[in-house]
Amino acid sequence: MLLNVEDLSVVFHDVQTPLPAVKDVSFCLEDGEILGIVGESGSGKSTVAHAIMGLLDPGSSQVTGRAIFGGTDLLALTPEALRRYQGKEISIIFQDPMTSLNPTMTVGAQVEETLRIHTGMSRAERKRRALEAMTLAELDEPERLYRCYPHQLSGGMRQRVMIASALASRPRLLIADEPTTALDVTIQAELLRTLGEINRREGVSILFISHDLGVIRRLCRRVIVMQGGQIVEQGDAEAVFTHPQEDYTRQIIASRPTRRKRRGGNADGG
Amino acid sequence: MKKRSWYFTCGMGLTAFMLLYIVVGFFWTPCDPTALSSADKLAAPSAAHIFGCDHLGRDVFSRTLAGAGTTLVIALAVVAVGFVFGLIIGALCGYYGGVLDSVVMRLCDAITAFPSILLAMVVIAITGAGTYNVIAALGVLFIPSFARLTRGEFIKYRERDFVKAAKLAHVSDLRILFVHILPNTWPVLLSGLTIGFNNAVLSEASMSFLGIGVGPSEASLGRMLSEGQSVLLSAPWCTFFPALVIILLVLGVGLLGEAARERIG
Repeated sequence: MLLNVEDLSVVFHDVQTPLPAVKDVSFCLEDGEILGIVGESGSGKSTVAHAIMGLLDPGSSQVTGRAIFGGTDLLALTPEALRRYQGKEISIIFQDPMTSLNPTMTVGAQVEETLRIHTGMSRAERKRRALEAMTLAELDEPERLYRCYPHQLSGGMRQRVMIASALASRPRLLIADEPTTALDVTIQAELLRTLGEINRREGVSILFISHDLGVIRRLCRRVIVMQGGQIVEQGDAEAVFTHPQEDYTRQIIASRPTRRKRRGGNADGG
Repeated sequence: MKKRSWYFTCGMGLTAFMLLYIVVGFFWTPCDPTALSSADKLAAPSAAHIFGCDHLGRDVFSRTLAGAGTTLVIALAVVAVGFVFGLIIGALCGYYGGVLDSVVMRLCDAITAFPSILLAMVVIAITGAGTYNVIAALGVLFIPSFARLTRGEFIKYRERDFVKAAKLAHVSDLRILFVHILPNTWPVLLSGLTIGFNNAVLSEASMSFLGIGVGPSEASLGRMLSEGQSVLLSAPWCTFFPALVIILLVLGVGLLGEAARERIG
């Protein structure tokens, strides 16, 4: 087992009354598994990921419970001890590839940045690893892109660059926080295929966060459904999708636009 | 690619011309800019003295050549002092914020609240006149505006996702400040530099005009204006030509700054 989260709770204090954002969430993630977390905005799905990564501001939030990663409780670590994991053993891909890349640094420099910080690699070794990671992220012509700036790339390519820089340090866990939400549907499908391929080839576990159950269903075998900071349903993604046990899950599935429903809508004059 | 703007073409041409004018002035002047000649006292422009002569019979053309050089060197030095310190202070205040930021920014407010020429006069009264003291006094006065400009930019960028991502990857603060953020701020800082340069030229001229600038033996555009003031009506060439050189210098750089702002906007 790679990651075992037990009774994770998060309370935010920077609002007038303490706001419980995540309540007693427990789940586990096996080595090499892709686990999906689905839920609407504000359901606490991103907060779970941020809490595991140690990204929440300790001044305004209180995190309790355990997140055992490879035998170590991440939540009990000092910030210095956590540094070994952040960006090295656990990488995160953010939602918006347009703002997550620095417009004044070359793609190569940005993919290499974590290697520069976390390893003692020479310049040539870093470049070799960066090109490897870019190839893994299925970027064509990595040698050419290595010297490009982000504005020369399309949105889908930028997100692949983000994936490459997350992969460069050979993490064991990749947290993908709505990585395809900002992209259009065809690019989305290709990116999901790439993530699946990376998972198979590199054996890296992926925690995939999305509000779109359809996206999760394509990529993940297991899924967690969250609402109001709690897990309402979890299990086999296909089973959850076809035979949802909870009303909330049914609502999420029903909220997905389908061809049949749109036609029905038109018939109703809407 | 956007077409090069009218501002850029004119600004570049004018600035290049003025730089050439100044560089020539460093190596060659038709007459010695400090040589007195009672025969040529207040001589009108002629073939021998194309810009005429001043009240001590010195060649105005030679003096604008030499004076523009003095003014340029002082203005560049002032901007350099103000920019380097302003950049460091602004970057630290903007990126870290907090108590340091509040204290330093109030200090900057205090400096800006005073009329700058008055402050410079006080500094010169204490340290004495001279090129280096003028540079130091004006340089310090230029720090707050650059600090404020830089601070604003760093505040803008410290909340950007790519900076957050760099922090997450434990990139050192120094590297985040100068490798990740600084290059993004160049467009704004460069156009700020052109405004700063123009203000420095005008401040130097004002100080020399008031007689607290460079020493009396040195030619400076501001000093020439001041000396020509008493003969403004009888010998307008004593003030017209140095004023023209100031205007062209400031206009050229100002247009370049406008072109830079156009590119950003």
